[in-house]
Amino acid sequence: MAKQDGSSIRLKMLVMAAAVVATVAPAWGSLGGGAASVQADQIHLQGTRTMKAAGSYTVHEIQAANGTVVREYVSAAGKVFAIAWHGPWIPDMRQLLGNYFDQYARANQAQRGARMRRAPILINQPGLVVQIGGHPRAFAGTAYVPEMLPSGVGAENIQ
Amino acid sequence: MTDFRKLLIAVTGLACSFSVGCGGGSSSKTNVITQSGSNVAPIVVNAGPANSYANGAFASVTVCVPGTSTCQTIDGVLVDTGSSGLRIVSSALTTVALPQQKASDGNPVAECLQFLGSYTWGPVQTADVQIGGEKASAMPIQVLSDTDFTAPSACSNGFPSADTVASLGANGILGIGNAAQDCGDSSGCGLYYECASTSSCTTTGEAVAQQVVNPVALFPTDNNGVIVELPAVSGSEAAVNGSLVFGIGTQSNNGLGGATVYTIDPTFSFNVEYNSTTYGGSFIDSGSNGYFFLDSSIVPALLDCSSNSGATGFYCPTSTQNLSATNKGINGASGTVNFSIANAETLFNNLNDTAFSQLGGPSIISGSGPAYFDWGLPFFYGHNVYVSIEGTTAPGGTTPYWAY
Repeated sequence: MAKQDGSSIRLKMLVMAAAVVATVAPAWGSLGGGAASVQADQIHLQGTRTMKAAGSYTVHEIQAANGTVVREYVSAAGKVFAIAWHGPWIPDMRQLLGNYFDQYARANQAQRGARMRRAPILINQPGLVVQIGGHPRAFAGTAYVPEMLPSGVGAENIQ
Repeated sequence: MTDFRKLLIAVTGLACSFSVGCGGGSSSKTNVITQSGSNVAPIVVNAGPANSYANGAFASVTVCVPGTSTCQTIDGVLVDTGSSGLRIVSSALTTVALPQQKASDGNPVAECLQFLGSYTWGPVQTADVQIGGEKASAMPIQVLSDTDFTAPSACSNGFPSADTVASLGANGILGIGNAAQDCGDSSGCGLYYECASTSSCTTTGEAVAQQVVNPVALFPTDNNGVIVELPAVSGSEAAVNGSLVFGIGTQSNNGLGGATVYTIDPTFSFNVEYNSTTYGGSFIDSGSNGYFFLDSSIVPALLDCSSNSGATGFYCPTSTQNLSATNKGINGASGTVNFSIANAETLFNNLNDTAFSQLGGPSIISGSGPAYFDWGLPFFYGHNVYVSIEGTTAPGGTTPYWAY
């Protein structure tokens, strides 16, 4: 039950509005942000967007120009509580993680163990779960805030 | 490895040069390591030049100023079938100065490549590259350096840099995967930058012929793929010697033999079935240093190592787990893989060991995310793994494929 989001005129107006906003403040999405941050991500990714209701939340799927598909999970209260993506390259994580980016970057720095590890990224912290797997030309990942998951929604729903 | 075992391998190699069918793949644990040939280069699994690696296979690569005999041989270059392109840490290039690639407007070209957990950044330069008896001429490579040009913040993307020997754990990466180039289309995939000044680099398109390229694809012959050959490892060992063989079915020493071909999709992935569930997006990758698959919500006996153990990100089961999964090629080929996962904390306690046949870790957290199998270097112990390059012709199936 996917439907196109808005007419092309509305989209153009939205792009213009976002461009205006961008001149005064960076249009960072998205995790933890409001529904407007999904639009910022869509513009940043130069993508098209479809929406799909899934019970207590809505999944916004952005098909980016470079082949990456980003799904943003928006709660009934209008907050992005999770993001999932797959594509040939890792998307702009600062854009997608927004205020959670610094926590993510710190966790990456701390992931060094006793032995060199070239393996999936698994960050499982209070307040933030991020995982990225794959290899060049085929990466996939998810990020979510456990405390923000709507009741009845589990990690397994974020794909 | 003991001297006795080295002798055994040497004798096997000698016998090989007189018998038919040598170098052929076998899915059993009695693979034969090809010892000689103009298309053969030795590889070794050890701790690497930073003395930090677990399950890293390393090769020697000679880079030359194009068209000259000004060359330098660099060892400790990680053999990575999960990426494509040669990348050398700038500090390892001590005696050769390679020409810089320039964009049409004359600005130097740099590249950013993100791996899992780190990124490489630095100028694209041109070299003649020799590995074993094979040579690629005037080949674009990436020189890893944080100082020639300032990495744009989008390049880091929240990852630490891997542009030094210490941070990479190697003197470079020898990407000999299924892709012919790292990007493969003229958009540049967002990987390529041109630098108007040392501190100002912006993304740019890049002609495919100018892109950092799988060196094998540029060899005049034996250019349709490689065979990575490492002997079986029983438990863990201090070091393991093997061979990197260039070409598939192009010489008497690189035939498919009894290997099964598993064709893969355009994202270089196939399916793996575990416990009646099929996991797409799965792959074989010598650059991953363990078996990375699923998580303990799917395989309950596997336990994550504690986050402060030095083995964080690996599995630490209380007893060694014997598991099996089935690889399924896009061509319908199917084969069961038996493997074992031991306690990584215990494995790492023996500081002399660098080759671990039973090292593994999770690919996801708590049942979420796209679960998959990553058959890392332990899979290569005892399998001769054929990696064919996209767009080439190779025996046994449509490229790209893996065979073993």
